[in-house]
Amino acid sequence: MSAVLSSELATVSYIGATILFILSLGGLSNPETSRRGNLYGMIGMTIAVLATVFGPRVTAAGIPWIIASMVVGGAIGLYAAKVVKMTQMPELVALMHSLVGLAACLVGFASYIDTSAPLAGAEKTIHELEIYIGILIGAVTFSGSLIAFGKLNGKIGGAPLLLPARHWLNLAGLLVVIWFGGKFISSHSIADGMTPLIVMTVIALLFGIHMVMAIGGADMPVVVSMLNSYSGWAAAATGFMLSNDLLIVVGALVGSSGAILSYIMCRAMNRNFISVIAGGFGTGGGTPAPKGDAAAPAGEVVPISALETAELLKDAKSVIIVPGYGMAVAQAQHTVYEITKHLREKGVNIRFGIHPVAGRMPGHMNVLLAEAKVPYDIVMEMDELNDDFPTTDVAMVIGANDIVNPAAQDDPASPIAGMPVLEVWKAKTSIVMKRSMASGYAGVDNPLFYKENNRMLFGDAKKMLDEVLVALKAA
Amino acid sequence: MALTIGVPRETLAGEKRVATVPEVVEKLIKLGFSVAVESGAGDAANCSDDSYRASGAQVIAGAANLFAASDIVFKVGVPTTDEVGLLREGGTLIGFVWPAQNPELMQQLAAKKATVLAIDSLPRMLSRAQKMDALTSQAGVAGYRAVIEAANAFGRFFNGQITAAGKVPPAKVFIAGAGVAGLAAIGTAAGLGAIVRANDTRAEVADQVVSLGGEFVKVDFEEEGGGGGGYAKVMSEGFQQAQREMYAKQAREVDIIITTALIPGKPAPRLITAEMVQSMKPGSVIVDMAAERGGNCELTEPGKAVVKHGVTIIGYSDLNSRLAKQSSTLYATNLFRLAEELCKTKDGVIDVNMEDDAIRGLTVIKNGEVTWPPPAPKLPPAATAPKPAAAATAAKKGHGHGAASEPMAAGTLTIMFAVAAALFWFVGANAPAAFLAHFTVFVLACFVGYMVVWNVTPALHTPLMSVTNAISSIICIGALVQIAPPLAGGAPPDTWIRWLAVGGIALTAVNMFGGFAVTQRMLDMFRK
Repeated sequence: MSAVLSSELATVSYIGATILFILSLGGLSNPETSRRGNLYGMIGMTIAVLATVFGPRVTAAGIPWIIASMVVGGAIGLYAAKVVKMTQMPELVALMHSLVGLAACLVGFASYIDTSAPLAGAEKTIHELEIYIGILIGAVTFSGSLIAFGKLNGKIGGAPLLLPARHWLNLAGLLVVIWFGGKFISSHSIADGMTPLIVMTVIALLFGIHMVMAIGGADMPVVVSMLNSYSGWAAAATGFMLSNDLLIVVGALVGSSGAILSYIMCRAMNRNFISVIAGGFGTGGGTPAPKGDAAAPAGEVVPISALETAELLKDAKSVIIVPGYGMAVAQAQHTVYEITKHLREKGVNIRFGIHPVAGRMPGHMNVLLAEAKVPYDIVMEMDELNDDFPTTDVAMVIGANDIVNPAAQDDPASPIAGMPVLEVWKAKTSIVMKRSMASGYAGVDNPLFYKENNRMLFGDAKKMLDEVLVALKAA
Repeated sequence: MALTIGVPRETLAGEKRVATVPEVVEKLIKLGFSVAVESGAGDAANCSDDSYRASGAQVIAGAANLFAASDIVFKVGVPTTDEVGLLREGGTLIGFVWPAQNPELMQQLAAKKATVLAIDSLPRMLSRAQKMDALTSQAGVAGYRAVIEAANAFGRFFNGQITAAGKVPPAKVFIAGAGVAGLAAIGTAAGLGAIVRANDTRAEVADQVVSLGGEFVKVDFEEEGGGGGGYAKVMSEGFQQAQREMYAKQAREVDIIITTALIPGKPAPRLITAEMVQSMKPGSVIVDMAAERGGNCELTEPGKAVVKHGVTIIGYSDLNSRLAKQSSTLYATNLFRLAEELCKTKDGVIDVNMEDDAIRGLTVIKNGEVTWPPPAPKLPPAATAPKPAAAATAAKKGHGHGAASEPMAAGTLTIMFAVAAALFWFVGANAPAAFLAHFTVFVLACFVGYMVVWNVTPALHTPLMSVTNAISSIICIGALVQIAPPLAGGAPPDTWIRWLAVGGIALTAVNMFGGFAVTQRMLDMFRK
């Protein structure tokens, strides 16, 4: 049976799909257009798949296989998308990255075994190099994402695992990979080349594990977006390997998107990308961070009860809530919404201040608040409302620490010095909800707690907020 | 052992306040104290003995019995010699003392080995201390009452009205001194509907005046009047001249003048001269809140309301007692907050911690030893204010996503271009034409991706990741073309390839369907 679509028509369909993918990403610039953007993405994907299936490169014999594997995979995907909780989004995203990485590996191996299009000379070398690099990136993405998934899930501890001489280990791994790369390209038969390819894959897998194990919990937003970037580069490498421009374009789009997110996250923590990847910062209470002389805040913390919090909120004209990972852990976003709704009905100007690295992945807090039905027009970025704190009556910090630490501005010796932070201490009163006086992921003490206008509401965020809500409603 | 707080009846003539009220008694008992109240102590402030009993206090008849039963005495007015005599040896006294004005009293108290916390000596610039600031709470009440007294003596409405019988203009009120009492008076008078003007030598209070509905009248002379600790200081002759002219002008225009100007440790400044009073419209009212300290008006008679040149001049010094219930409630709350600070353990035992700035300032005698005056308080905040502001502007740099960042330094840019050129040259020199075509697409796509993704709003970063995840399942195409390629001569495809491809398709299908579905689910939640 001949193909339904000619090679030219398939190419034109690919161009259409490419445009739709670009529009899909462009649509995300605004929540209003984002739903349509997602639709463009789906249409683009459908066109691309159909054009391939009915194109000249797939014969009818393959169609049952395609349908069977699509149905199985699609069912799993749809089920996962339906049951996932919004607090688990980072885990799901990490897991999906790992699937892309694994698929890239499989396609790479299949492409290597495939001899249907014999090549010679420089073209053969380049093709093999593309396979080699494609599998390398795919394997690193796969194992790295799996570890990230485990860390986000809590199956693997958040503290960074720092092997002795880990940079040397990585360097040795790279040299071995390059050496086997040389052997792989100079091999003459597929059987000869298989050994270096498998050795490289194993090293790449170990490298992915090692890389993510060395990064602490608080740096997860960077890791997740970096793996997002890798999955794109893996797709682009596959495109080179198969001489398919659609794959190259989409891979480049995804790759640069992830790279930009990593860059934004790093800048929001005032850290260098290299130093995040080198690992060891987000200790989760492991290694003691170096402390400046001024980092030992004096004074006492003033605790406050849920009842008094409700009083403060009730009397306030403007309130800013700063959520952090703690809110996600305590699953408190729905109670936060109830409080917000109640206060808004009372005419209080209530807004949310989101730090770019709040939570475990870029935009994590926005999604949680959106899930709880908080209208997105009162959810602001840090820069949009940092100037408004002096005119705010109550700033409420829920399960966040480092992102509201004044030491980042005041204390040049602080490990987080220079990191942009939400200036909650400038509000008339700030309330920090916290389980205990333990320090944040960066292991830095927070002078905010000792400020005279700060109050501490100790306890589980969900439980305390429920009490605040009851008190608000009773009043 | 839990200590007993004793509240005697105030003995000064005309003093109607009481140092604690029944509502606060309950809170003090929760802190672990026992409370004893002298019979009749709260009568003038509408707090009966029964109401004290109901809230858990013990009511004791006779001052002598009360003082004997009390470990800590809460008072309002400065204690008399008799009261000091009754105070238990080594006891604690909390109330107004004014140590600077009452050196003999200090001697007597020290001889009693007493511990004395003078609520008037509180370091007011500590924001933590504001809840204990009785001077502020009492001045606020007095400022309110001053306006009420003025309204009582004034023959017209405060607010302007348009009635069937004709138009009534609003009263014009001028308030001299925008301290706590002045600000309370501004708020009260503005609330009654009058046109309110106010002046203060400290220019920084202008915003507060405006925020309460007043209009700030400037003296046409450059001089800063803040004297540290939030109080005013004596001004230069040139300033005083300009100020007199301004007051004379206001006196001719307004209906009511309320003066609150005080300078610590000095007689009250003379602001309103006899000529100014004469120039006022008949029926006008002056309330001189500084009467006790010599008066801001030349013609004030302390403690009395007099009419001179057709102007009622009120010099009451007991404005707080004229609002006894309110003053007592606020004062009692101030003392309760102090008790909280003294008794952090909530076991009814006090700890006079001299390390604590607020307590250190309050304590004028500790165990018979005079500790007044306290060491100089830290600098007033006005001096340090510009610094954090500068820090904030400095920190603001580098904020912002997607905002135009500063252009790169020319040197760095040159190096980057050189490296890129070298790389491109290397690729161009070695790669075959087919590769270069793909390479072109790749580089351009990277730039398109860069441009598009910078426009993504940070709120949608999570959906961005899941949608890029979904579209990176385009790798599926790689697997699709391998599953059953048209082979030369119809040879059967390699089973290995087929299974690898099936695996690839299944994996990417998870992503494809799952990614788009979860993105849709998320985006549906973003609602206004």
